Amino acid sequence: MTTIAESSAEVGVRPVRTRRAQRNREAGGRQLQAGPWTYVVIIAVTLVSVLPLYYTVVMASHTNAEMAAKTPPFLPTLDFFSNMRTALSLAPLNHGLLNSLIVCTAITAGTVSLCTLAGFAFAKLRFRGANLLLAVCVGTMMVPMQMGVIPLYMLMSRLGLAGHLGAVILPTLVTAFGVFFMRQYIASAVPDELVEAAYMDGAGPFRVFLSVVVPAVRPAMAVLAMLTFLMSWNDFFWPIIVLSSQNPTVQVAFQSLATGYAPQQSVIMAGTLYGTVPVLIVFAILGRQIVGGIMQGAVKG
Amino acid sequence: MTVLESTQELGLADDRAAGPEDTPRLRPRGRGRRRGQGKLPGARIGYVFVLPFFLVFGAFSLYPWLDTAWVSLHDVRLSTYQQQSWVGLANYRELFTSSFFWNAFANTLTIGVISTVPQLVMALGIAHLLNYRLRGRTFFRVAILMPYATSLAAATVIFLELFDSRLGLVNWALHLVHLPEVDWQGSRWPAQVAISTIITWRWTGYNALIYLAGMQSIDADLYDAAAVDGAGKWRQFLHVTLPGLRPTILFTIVVSTIGAAQIFGEPLLYHNGMPDGGTQGQYQTLGLLMYQQGWTNDRLGLASATAWTMFVIILLAVVSNLLVARWRTRGELR
Repeated sequence: MTTIAESSAEVGVRPVRTRRAQRNREAGGRQLQAGPWTYVVIIAVTLVSVLPLYYTVVMASHTNAEMAAKTPPFLPTLDFFSNMRTALSLAPLNHGLLNSLIVCTAITAGTVSLCTLAGFAFAKLRFRGANLLLAVCVGTMMVPMQMGVIPLYMLMSRLGLAGHLGAVILPTLVTAFGVFFMRQYIASAVPDELVEAAYMDGAGPFRVFLSVVVPAVRPAMAVLAMLTFLMSWNDFFWPIIVLSSQNPTVQVAFQSLATGYAPQQSVIMAGTLYGTVPVLIVFAILGRQIVGGIMQGAVKG
Repeated sequence: MTVLESTQELGLADDRAAGPEDTPRLRPRGRGRRRGQGKLPGARIGYVFVLPFFLVFGAFSLYPWLDTAWVSLHDVRLSTYQQQSWVGLANYRELFTSSFFWNAFANTLTIGVISTVPQLVMALGIAHLLNYRLRGRTFFRVAILMPYATSLAAATVIFLELFDSRLGLVNWALHLVHLPEVDWQGSRWPAQVAISTIITWRWTGYNALIYLAGMQSIDADLYDAAAVDGAGKWRQFLHVTLPGLRPTILFTIVVSTIGAAQIFGEPLLYHNGMPDGGTQGQYQTLGLLMYQQGWTNDRLGLASATAWTMFVIILLAVVSNLLVARWRTRGELR
């Protein structure tokens, strides 16, 4: 019990500190000027992060024999495109991309809307048992999905959903993290006076939600949407169990490409790249926002 | 409740200072002007707002978690999953006397340690560097997060070829510096190191950003005070940055522990989608074992016993993390 008291004291100070630290930052505060060695190390880290992806392009455009040569190639060639076409004929990558898009859009829409609704209720409405329900939500945030995967599979079979996209969408349609994240944001970003004023003007709770709360918390909804989309796009464990290669997400299609019959490694690499590039492009465009979202989630969550 | 306690300890219940008790809520309180209106926010409408969440959450998360315990006491087959026959603790007895379980347990532990410890230490260092005033810092932050955006499946397929004994770049590089080539698939430790490398590659940047966020919320005055006391950069890092990051570090350790206990996809794809974890099971994890029991060997009851056991292991690991943290705090205070 002491721990909780101690840590909550610690935690309680944090939001204040954050704001203050940010003010300091803008004024120049603690940030030290980076020396040349900082750049050297950071650039090395960046290279390690990015080079495997670049080298995938190289691997995707050379035969096994060329890769096994004494000095392996370091530049891609145009063979990449023919390997990609072979990969597309071997594994249902386009089908997988389309399915992933459907699944992730549905999950993202569901998570953002339902979690914002619940987050609003927990932040601004007082109802009996609210604290208990929130505790259930936060307390189970760390229970891994593997815990329930067998009954979940049996449930999906019973519902006739095994092999269907619905089986992937339903279990992650809401997340406890989402509720908690939105609750925290709404509690701090929407002043009570604003909600009260809307009530005074005769707006009902749903009206208040739609025209006061949602506009005010749109940034947090965007962050939650990006994180949810990325997470569900990359999800592997549950889709591989409940879907087959006849109706795969793109991750399941990778598995069937990598484990099926491919004439050359380069074909597998080309196919993997083909299925990965869309999300990398989106990431390159929204990267700044995603980075901000993860860091914001870290302070909030 | 332990999990709940732990999440609070981690600072997940961030606003405890303005916590549930003393947040000004919208509820008719004392003032007469509100009492008259009667249907101010609150009361029952709250249930309507949280209902959709709890319906989905209850049906597809809570219910399966609890049902796992029940299924683990039965003999259940995939084909006839509606007929469950009660076997009591037989599944657990079988599990704990099976060498496969202990092998998977040991592998999960070692892969977990090799993939988590270096990862978090590197992430801390990288975060420290990113906290300097850098030109193009957004670029660097996005770049180190690229591996996180790469899916587990894609990353594993890519690294599988990089680690390929004959075609891979890693062995070529070893050869270049006159080191012996390594069998990254067949031998236990190299295979585990390779799998851990994939995990480390994907998650280091992500954790670095978490730490960076934590570092930026440390009061700059503390550094000034330390500098006035004559503390150099290294001592400032030890005595200001690390203590300031304590809740964040604890948070990442707990999350990584939970993630490590469930490692599944990397070793599955590392052996071409087979759940045996290599020809001698040299990298079979508990997650893989569960999958093999349930979906290859058609023993859902046994697999549920494994799942439940994994949960207990995770719980024990998290609790011991927290106890260590608590013990260390006491030590510092003394």
